[in-house]
Amino acid sequence: MKSFTYERATSPAEAAAKAAKTPGARFIAGGTNLLDLMKLEIETPPHLIDVNGLGLDKIEATDDGGLRIGALVRNTDLAADDRVRRDYGVLSRALLAGASGQLRNKATTAGNLLQRTRCPYFYDTAQACNKRAPGSGCSAIGGFSRQHAVVGASTACIATHPSDMAVAMRVLDAQVETVKPDGKTRRIKIADFHKLPGTTPHIETALQTGEFITAVTLPKPIGGSHVYHKIRDRASYAFALVSVAAVIQPDGTGRVALGGVAHKPWRVEKAETDLPKGAKAVMAKLMADATPTPENEFKITLVERTLSAALMDARA
Amino acid sequence: MKFDTPATTNPIDQLKVVGKPTDRIDGPLKTTGMAPYAYEQHEAAPNAAYGYVVGATIAKGTIAALDLSKAESAPGVITIVTADTAGKLDKGNFNTAKLLGGPEIEHYHQAIALVVAETLEQARSAAGLIKVRYTKAKGAHDLEAIRTTATRHKDSKDSLVGDFAGAFSAAPVQLDVTYRTPDHAHAMMEPHASIASWEDDQLTLWTANQMIDWGRGDVAKTLGIPKDNVRLISPYIGGGFGGKLFVRADAILAALGSRQAKRPVKVALPRSFMFNNTPHRPATIQRIRIGASKDGKISAIGHENWSGDLAGGGPEDATQQTKFLYAGANRLITTRLAVLDLPEGNAMRAPGEAPGLMALEIAIDEMAEKLGLDPIKFRVINDTQVDPENPARPFSQRQLIKCLHTGADNFGWDKRGAPGKTRDGRWLTGMGVAAAFRNNLTMKSAARVKLDNKGVVTVETDMTDIGTGTYTIIAQTAAEMMGVGLDKVVVKLGDSSFPVSAGSGGQWGANSSTAGVYAACVKLREMIAKSQKFDPAKTTFADGKVTSGRKSIDLGKAAGASGMVAEDFIEFGDLGKTHQQSTFGAHFVEVGVNEVTAEIRIRRMLAVCAAGRILNPKSARSQVIGAMTMGAGAALMEDLVIDKRHGFFVNHDLAGYEVPVHADIPHQEVIFLDETDPMSSPMKAKGVGELGICGVGAAIANAVYNATAVRVRHYPITLDKLLKDMPQIA
Repeated sequence: MKSFTYERATSPAEAAAKAAKTPGARFIAGGTNLLDLMKLEIETPPHLIDVNGLGLDKIEATDDGGLRIGALVRNTDLAADDRVRRDYGVLSRALLAGASGQLRNKATTAGNLLQRTRCPYFYDTAQACNKRAPGSGCSAIGGFSRQHAVVGASTACIATHPSDMAVAMRVLDAQVETVKPDGKTRRIKIADFHKLPGTTPHIETALQTGEFITAVTLPKPIGGSHVYHKIRDRASYAFALVSVAAVIQPDGTGRVALGGVAHKPWRVEKAETDLPKGAKAVMAKLMADATPTPENEFKITLVERTLSAALMDARA
Repeated sequence: MKFDTPATTNPIDQLKVVGKPTDRIDGPLKTTGMAPYAYEQHEAAPNAAYGYVVGATIAKGTIAALDLSKAESAPGVITIVTADTAGKLDKGNFNTAKLLGGPEIEHYHQAIALVVAETLEQARSAAGLIKVRYTKAKGAHDLEAIRTTATRHKDSKDSLVGDFAGAFSAAPVQLDVTYRTPDHAHAMMEPHASIASWEDDQLTLWTANQMIDWGRGDVAKTLGIPKDNVRLISPYIGGGFGGKLFVRADAILAALGSRQAKRPVKVALPRSFMFNNTPHRPATIQRIRIGASKDGKISAIGHENWSGDLAGGGPEDATQQTKFLYAGANRLITTRLAVLDLPEGNAMRAPGEAPGLMALEIAIDEMAEKLGLDPIKFRVINDTQVDPENPARPFSQRQLIKCLHTGADNFGWDKRGAPGKTRDGRWLTGMGVAAAFRNNLTMKSAARVKLDNKGVVTVETDMTDIGTGTYTIIAQTAAEMMGVGLDKVVVKLGDSSFPVSAGSGGQWGANSSTAGVYAACVKLREMIAKSQKFDPAKTTFADGKVTSGRKSIDLGKAAGASGMVAEDFIEFGDLGKTHQQSTFGAHFVEVGVNEVTAEIRIRRMLAVCAAGRILNPKSARSQVIGAMTMGAGAALMEDLVIDKRHGFFVNHDLAGYEVPVHADIPHQEVIFLDETDPMSSPMKAKGVGELGICGVGAAIANAVYNATAVRVRHYPITLDKLLKDMPQIA
């Protein structure tokens, strides 16, 4: 860990302004990912801005019948919220499928969106990684890639986004509310928030320098059956090989997003029109142009089968 | 005391204290955080500086340039140890690669430097400033690719009996299959950690080590100092599983760092070093051939095993159990070792048998199916009560069949269905069985027993408690022998100033170390009896009193004002040669496999063990259920993945190297058969902590097969290996 300076922000706008002032500064909230990365010198921020005291820990109804989730709402609290459990079950289920109780108690909503890949080569500073050290190459390509992306990957990076929560947010069409260093606010659709790796895998989100997430909003409830299936080798406390978030209406229409297959929560809206015909029908568009490795091509089959199980559960 | 004739009745047989499910006497200390582990010996070694290890980032080659300048001038840095500053270092008898590399690099994360600083954060930060330029050398990182170059290690003995080739080709029913087990990490909770302190030329090391005397010897040898100048202290150990049998880089670098810094230095290996810096269980390739008559009698059994290690290392002998487990007149059992440029391989819980049974006990299941026999019946048909290679040698005890039958009755084995035919909703369910086998090893073990004038018995031995319950069973032994309650016994362990014990390894610790305490107590009893002019043969020790005829005196009084001290050891004669001493068991597992996603989930596990006298059923049960859990990990998830381009284990943290969590282990049961083995020691006990892992993996594999009708022969059994053969979905 590099030594760093630390301060507490007193308002979101101030936090953003402060972050813009020191190149490489990071916001610190739950710290469940950042501190580990700092110990391993994968992240070496010279300055940390503590945003825990900003009061962004409330879940409120919005005027259009949705929910505004403060950036600092802990994963445990979000999963347990009555309104979330009632109207956005897929989100609650996704949250509870992630990490462990202790981690969920610390981890925040915004931090969850911003967590970094679990690619083992990203985690080993002796190995080439375009995400950690742009231009150094990708060790995962041709290496151990069982956990890696099968769609949306590039020749620069085949890492996946590890979040469960973000997959549910994607299926729910959440929006990310931010404030920029100049004090202006904006909303970013979750679909546009996470980036595919392309040639710049170190750029993971649409956030600009210093831009600070204040909340995540959910549109008004869409009803339907909410399913989150997370498939992994051990029963708990493991990242997804594949996960499926689905909201299915009584008529068989619905939405589906995937985790564990891409650099971002994976959703292909035009594939969803085929949902009433079953999992197989959806696959061609959902997993179009897949580029699996020999070690992870099983994920394609697993997506279809897991989606199939999710549809059975949704209709049960 | 020499143990060379079978044990007869002795005070242990009273079983007033021994054999009871006593809570751990060290439990309160541990649960309240008051038991100081190696890294926490702040009071014993105050003002310690912090050392942070730098590991090599190539698999093989040399350091071309090492630039310490930035690190040396970083805040808080006191000194930096490298091969250049360390002076001449030897290599420990139990180490394959050097613990401090440079300029030659033998494996990834081999230590090349230790940065010593005022704080951990300063040491770690400065360590990141060291710049290393390497000259890489080509290495061999793929066992499969170099398997044909493997040779017989000097300590490996082939077991060639009869005419295997002829008998196998003539057998009406044949099986010829190859299994693979991957490299495994010990993944214990406490990383390797040490604090070193020098006083003149005397080195004290508070360290986490299973084998104090081996460690003391290897520290001395490595540093080139007399063994008498080294003291090792290791009272509490947060798990080892074989990973702490030997001195590792933390201890040597702490010693070197402390010498350079001229103050105590503490070093804990970072978690990532557990995988590439310290030893691991090597991967194996195992070809098994079985030939049998149509009624299931084995006529030929072949087990060929390949593993790899650094030059000078040893094999993972996965054939050990095959030499003893089943009859068969014609035998071909060999193990071969290839030279691999990976981190060093070495012992992990039940070395040999654990991966060996993962293969053999699937093969037995496959063969039983070919024969149309229940796998328990097939095992019973081929049971042997003598060493198959040397039929003049009987087993001292062998209750394998009873273990299997007891397990079958308790588990509901008769409800097992045909492969792929039993379901519970979306889950295909299945049951599997495997035999458990682990040889019983015995080791010389000494202890000192003191009796004070208050009647308190204090036991001192350099034996270790690696979480196994040693403190408790030693206290039970001393209490039984001296006729006192546990509240009158103090146990002091893990200090090289105490008599040399068997140490904790190879599941020999419990039996051997308590037998050593027994020997010392026999001597103390004689001293006490003689001091009272009692005939030792007619003297009894009970209720805190020593009694002969109508004369009785409190132990404290008998001890006199200055107390009494006795020291003795147990050493073992030829009973292990005249009799094959082994422990036996049977594992039963039920799994569910999701027919859509192929997720595998264990539903329940049962182990039945026949392992001599169980000294403490509670701590023994804990050992067995822990071992079953470890076996579940080996079966379903544990896999040190090699990057064959760069020669290292890629998944070097506990997020990437998965071990079971609570949710993976819903229900476990253990049954101990009533057994005493008078050939093993005066305690009539044997080891059990490794038996528990032996066979578990195969029982799970066989249960997965029974659930799905899909046979996976390459561990771990993960869903991707089942998926293509799972039922079609709508």
